[in-house]
Order: sequence, then structure tokens, then C-alpha cells
Amino acid sequence: MRNITAQATAAASQPSGADVAVEVRGVCKMYNDVEALRSIDLDFPVGKLTTLLGPSGCGKTTLLKIIAGLIPATSGEIRVNGKVVTGPGPERAFVFQDFALMPWATVMRNVAFGLELKGMGKDERQSIARKYIAEVGLTGFENKYPHELSGGMRQRVGLARAFAVNADVLLLDEPFSAVDEQNRRKFQEDLLRLVELEKKTFIFVTHSIEEAVYCSDRIVILSRRPGRIAQVIEPDIDHNESPDAIRRDQGYLDTVEEIWQGLKRYVD
Amino acid sequence: MKLFGYRVPMMASLVFWCVIWEVVGRSGVMFLIPPLSEVLVAAFHLVQTGSWQSAAVTTLNSFLIGMFFAIIAGVVLGVLMGRFKAADELFGIWVNIFVSAPLSALVPVLMILFGMGDTTVVVTVFLFAVWIIVLDTRAGIQSVPPSLVEMGKSYGASPFELYTKIILLAALPEILAGIRLGVVRGVKGVVIGQLLVSIIGYGALFEMYSRNFDMDNFWALTIILFIVAMALSALIESIEKRVDYYAGAR
Amino acid sequence: MVAPAHLDGSSRAVHPPEASPLRQRLARHRASIFRIVSIGLFCLAWEIAGRIPISFAFPTFLETLRAFIEMLLDGSLIAAYGQTLQPLVIGVAISAILGVTLGIVMGLSRFSEWLIAPVFVVLQAAPMAALIPLITFVYGIGLLSKTLAVIMLALPVIALNGYKAVRNANPSLVAMCYSFQGTWWQRITKIIIPDASPVIFAGLRLGLAAGFIGVILAELLITPTGIGDLITYHRSVADYPEMYAAVVSIILVSTLTLAALEAFELRVLRPEKRRS
Repeated sequence: MRNITAQATAAASQPSGADVAVEVRGVCKMYNDVEALRSIDLDFPVGKLTTLLGPSGCGKTTLLKIIAGLIPATSGEIRVNGKVVTGPGPERAFVFQDFALMPWATVMRNVAFGLELKGMGKDERQSIARKYIAEVGLTGFENKYPHELSGGMRQRVGLARAFAVNADVLLLDEPFSAVDEQNRRKFQEDLLRLVELEKKTFIFVTHSIEEAVYCSDRIVILSRRPGRIAQVIEPDIDHNESPDAIRRDQGYLDTVEEIWQGLKRYVD
Repeated sequence: MKLFGYRVPMMASLVFWCVIWEVVGRSGVMFLIPPLSEVLVAAFHLVQTGSWQSAAVTTLNSFLIGMFFAIIAGVVLGVLMGRFKAADELFGIWVNIFVSAPLSALVPVLMILFGMGDTTVVVTVFLFAVWIIVLDTRAGIQSVPPSLVEMGKSYGASPFELYTKIILLAALPEILAGIRLGVVRGVKGVVIGQLLVSIIGYGALFEMYSRNFDMDNFWALTIILFIVAMALSALIESIEKRVDYYAGAR
Repeated sequence: MVAPAHLDGSSRAVHPPEASPLRQRLARHRASIFRIVSIGLFCLAWEIAGRIPISFAFPTFLETLRAFIEMLLDGSLIAAYGQTLQPLVIGVAISAILGVTLGIVMGLSRFSEWLIAPVFVVLQAAPMAALIPLITFVYGIGLLSKTLAVIMLALPVIALNGYKAVRNANPSLVAMCYSFQGTWWQRITKIIIPDASPVIFAGLRLGLAAGFIGVILAELLITPTGIGDLITYHRSVADYPEMYAAVVSIILVSTLTLAALEAFELRVLRPEKRRS
């Protein structure tokens, strides 16, 4: 296993090989007088899982929401598939940290909600939703309500909802932070299986170093406020191995340690 | 709300409604609504009269006595219900009935039990205010985290200290919210009580002015009453804000 | 967010396994048993207080119950409720339509919030009852006056609850709808109103409770009809058991109506609070 550690800008402008799904160009974000993000340049390659990692308050969620079009950048631009982002679009789907499930709706209606908003007929959207409910392992729970599910299961609903609209880019905002440790591990393994299966571009925000190293093709480390790109790491993990073997792998452990050494100075 | 780039405070729109009132009053469409300016002049003269002052003292007196007992009884019962399941189950049904029951129907009963005097009004204020204080206190006590109580016990707090230094303080945001709602209801209670008894305090003045079609003074009374009610509620709200910081961080 | 719930319903398994079936059954119905005991104790205390008697004008529970049944059988109670409930239903219905609409508009538009909300804040905190004598001058002592009294007391709380509910709609769900490119109309009808409906409905219940106060007050103060008249009349001829029966009956009717509304709310609007 080898680690490619490079200076941010160099690695960002040269994504390893494949096409670029999302381009971030000179994005800055100010909240009144507070500078949250400073001139971010990043490329997200197609079909890869890229993680935004950093200490709390580094603006990683802000960057993700700017890419999603949920909040505007102060300056700079985002392109998805070459088109400039001005708001949310059908080629992107967002998975929320707090799940954002409608408590008055069943799992089925929640998963199909993106399609419902598009005006798709009931039978059609339900058959699509049923497929993704099965894919995230929730078959049999279609008519349950969110409050009847555990935290992990609720986030699976959020994930299925994002898959159901068939976007090219999935944006996940700390999806596992409200899920307990054991469920989180299982969920991570399932997520990797879905990354393989769905062939989509994933952008993933987390504050867990282990999670980032375990799941990602690329890790973008942001520094503390104002958020800037500190480092880009490509942990070369062979996901054909069993999850348990990976977690004991020396390369895996070294990468975790290296990131920790880099982030340590931001911790107070 | 922003207007032409300036922040306009929320309550500023009341000025707009006051202007509307003045215009409607001057147009003379409804004899019931005199211009606001005349009402204010009437209010200015009214507060200097002996009859208003004695009515205000009577009213305030009934209100304060009723509220005093409502707060004591409400907090005590609320704490009991919050801490002891049996008390909760025994009294819960009655508190929940009376908190939303049409208590105005009870006032005639109070009038024959306590006479056509201040006592009836005091009891009316008490009955209007006490139930919401009980409910909010109970909710506050129940939201005190058990770990905080266990912490107190493990550091050797006596049962008395446990209540005065931990439980009551931790529940203070909810208790104050209950008292604020209780005050709002108590003001309504004192008005309803005096209107129905109709021979004492503010109720007697209302009765007199409305019978004589003296609209200037009628509205002057109403405005003074509304201002006092709002001021009381705002006063408790400002106390509430002082303890609000730990309501979220318990 | 709701605390994570688990599917296995482990919270139900609180009874120790060695408990006898009878004790288990008692434990399950504990709440309703306490309720019945509580009501029984109340009636008993009333009966004893009436027999002492604590006041010449304090009938016993049984006398009141007998008076209640008599009034029910001779039709006077039912006729009175016909007169009382009519303005109440009309007034609350008008307040509900007007109040919910105004509340939603205030919650959605900053300008109408600025313009209208303070008025309702004042009206809700102020003792509106003081204005009831005024209505009589304009609209006499008929149905219209009573309806207006109900609206005056019920409208502010309904409008304010609607406004607060819409204004505080879960921002995370609104962002979710936006991220899936929901339109403005979809955001309001599919997210904001369903999310606000429990609080709007609570406002309707508070409005109904205020409406009961308003209609009784109007009947006691200005228009001697309905239940208010029954109370006033029996008081003037010193038929205290009948008077108490009328008072208790209106409190009972209001309580049962509110409880029915709450049960309806739980069944229809709140799947997350329903027992699975």
C-alpha cells in the first residue's frame, strides 16, 4: 500500500486519471465578517468517493452545501458535468446529517419523495423506490414510519431517497454522525458495496479519520477557519479484502496516523 | 422586516394600526370607535380621578393576592406531580381538565359561595392562573436530567438541598414560562371576575362607562388594561430570558 | 428529531417475569385505574363537603347528579346546548378558517408578519373579555353577538399558533425539499403545512377552549340564553343542584370535545406519536 501525499493545488488540478464530475474554482465564503472558506480549487473525479475531512468549523459542510447549491458562494464557481451551479439540480442528490425524513410519511413515501416532487406517477415512483429500499436493505419496512426505525435505518432511508432520483453526484453530509458505532461500521461496508454497484460520484463529509481512510478513494483535508485545502491524500486500499483485514492493514493504520499527525495542531 | 434598507422593529407596525384607528375614529363611521387621540386624552384625565385610582388599587390587590396563591400552589403541586408518579396520576386528570375548561362558567358558583366581593375575584384569578403553572412546573421538573439529581445525591446533598439547589433551579426556565402564562391568564381572570361581579373595581367602571355610552373613557380603560397586561407579560419574559441560557444546556 | 426508537418494543417488557397475571393486568391498566380512583375520590369529597355542608349554596354530589339527570330528561339541558353550541361552532369555524389562513400568510411573508403578527400578540395577551359588553351595543343580544364574542377570544390564539408553526417549520426538511428541486408551491403544501399541522391543530384546540369561555361569558354577561341562562336562572331561584349541574355539564362537554379533538389529531396527523 502506498500513500500519495502532495501539495493541495498540484493534486487538485491533476485528478488521478479519469474525467471530472465536479469542479470547484476559487470558491470563497464569508458569513458576515467571518471567512469560512478561502479560495478553494478542487476537482472531483467521476466514479470516485472523495472525502472532505477536517476539524470542526473548517467549513467542510459549507463547501458541500455550496456544491449542492443549497447556499451560494461569496465568490468563485462550481461546475457539475461542465455546467455552472446556480441552485440544486437533478444531477446532484444530498444526504442530510440529521436524515431530514418527513415524520408524517412512511419509508416508501420518504424514499419516493424526490420523484414525487418531479411529478412522477405513483406506481412508477413506488416501483423505483422499492428497488432502492431493497438495495439499502430495508425490504419489509416500506410502511413503517421514521420514528419506528433506528438511527442507522433512518439514514438508509435518506440514502435510498438520494439514489432514487438517479443523480450522477451524491453529496453526503456526515451521514453516519447520528448512527451508533456498530451500525456505522456495517453501514460503511454497505456504502462501499453501493459505490461499486451504482458507479456514481460520491462526495462525503466526515470528521472521522478512520471512516475517511476506510471509505475514500481520495481524502481532501481542510484546515481550520478560514477553510483551505491543507492536503490531498489517496489511500490506496484494496477493497477486495475483507473489512476486518483492511482495518488491521499496516498501510491503513499508517495513513490514519499520518492524517492524525497533520490534524493534531488544529485540536485545542 | 426591512423597509428601504432600514430594519423596522417588529412592534412598529402597531403605530400603523394606531394611525388607522385615528383615521377611522375621525371619520365617525362607528360611534363606538372614537379617535385614538381622544381616547388618550381621556386616559390621561382618567388616571387622575379618584374613582379610577381606587378601582385600580382594588383590581391590583385582587390580582396580586390571587397570583400569589396561584404561584405557591401551582409550583408545589407541579413539583409533587413531577416527582411522584402517584400524585401525577391522581391530580393529572383534573389539572388537564381545568387548564382548558371554560372557567368563566364557574364564576357564578364562586359568587354564591364567596359573595359579591373581592374574595370571588381573588378566587377567579387563582383558578384561571394556577393550572398552567402546575403543568409547566411539572414539565420542568420532569425535564431535570436524572444525572443532575444523582450528582447531587452522590455529593451528599440533603433532600432539602436537592430541591432548593438543584431541582427547582434546573426547572426554573419552565416554571417561569408557566408563571408568565399564568399571569396572562390571571389578568383575564381578574377582568372576567370583576365584569361578572360588576360592582367592584375595574368591572364597575366598565359597567358604568358602557352603560352611559361614554366610549372615550371605555376605550381609555381598555387601553390602560391592555398596556398593563402586556407590560406584566414582558416583565416576566425579561426575567425568563436571564435563565434561558441554561434551558438548552442542561 | 425524535429520539431513536427501536423496533423490538423492549420498553414494554418492564414487568418482572414472576408477577402474577392479575398483577400484570393491573399494571397495564394502571393509568386508567388511577383515573377512575381519582374521579371517585373527587365525587366522594364533593358528597362529604355537601353533607357537612360547607355552605348553604353547596349541594351534594348526588343531588347535583339527580338534577342533571332530570334536566337531561325534561329536555331543558338539550335545548340550552342547542343555543350555546350554535354560536360556538359557527364562531370557531370562522376563526379556524380565518386564523389558519392568516397564520400561514404571516409565517410565509415577512411583510404580513411585520404588519399583522404584533396585533395578534397584543390581542392574545390582553383580556379581550373586557370588550364583550361593547358588542352588545352594535349587534344586540342575538346569535351574531355571541358568535362575535367567540371569534374575539378564539381567533388570536389560532392565528398565532399557525404563524409560529409555519415560521418554525423544520429548516432541515425545507432544505431537503429545495435540494430535490421542489417548487415554491410544493415546499408549502408538501413540507411546511404538514410539518406545521400539529401545532396548527393545537392552536385549534386552544381556540375551541377560548371559544367556550367566550360563549359562556357572552351568555352570562349580555344575552341570557343557553347554558349561561340556565346557570343564571337557577341561581336566581336558588335551585343550586340544577345550577351546579349546568356548570359541571359545560365543563364536561368542553373537556370531552377537546379530548375527542386530540384523539382525532393523534390518529390522523401524528403517526410518530401513534402506538405501533
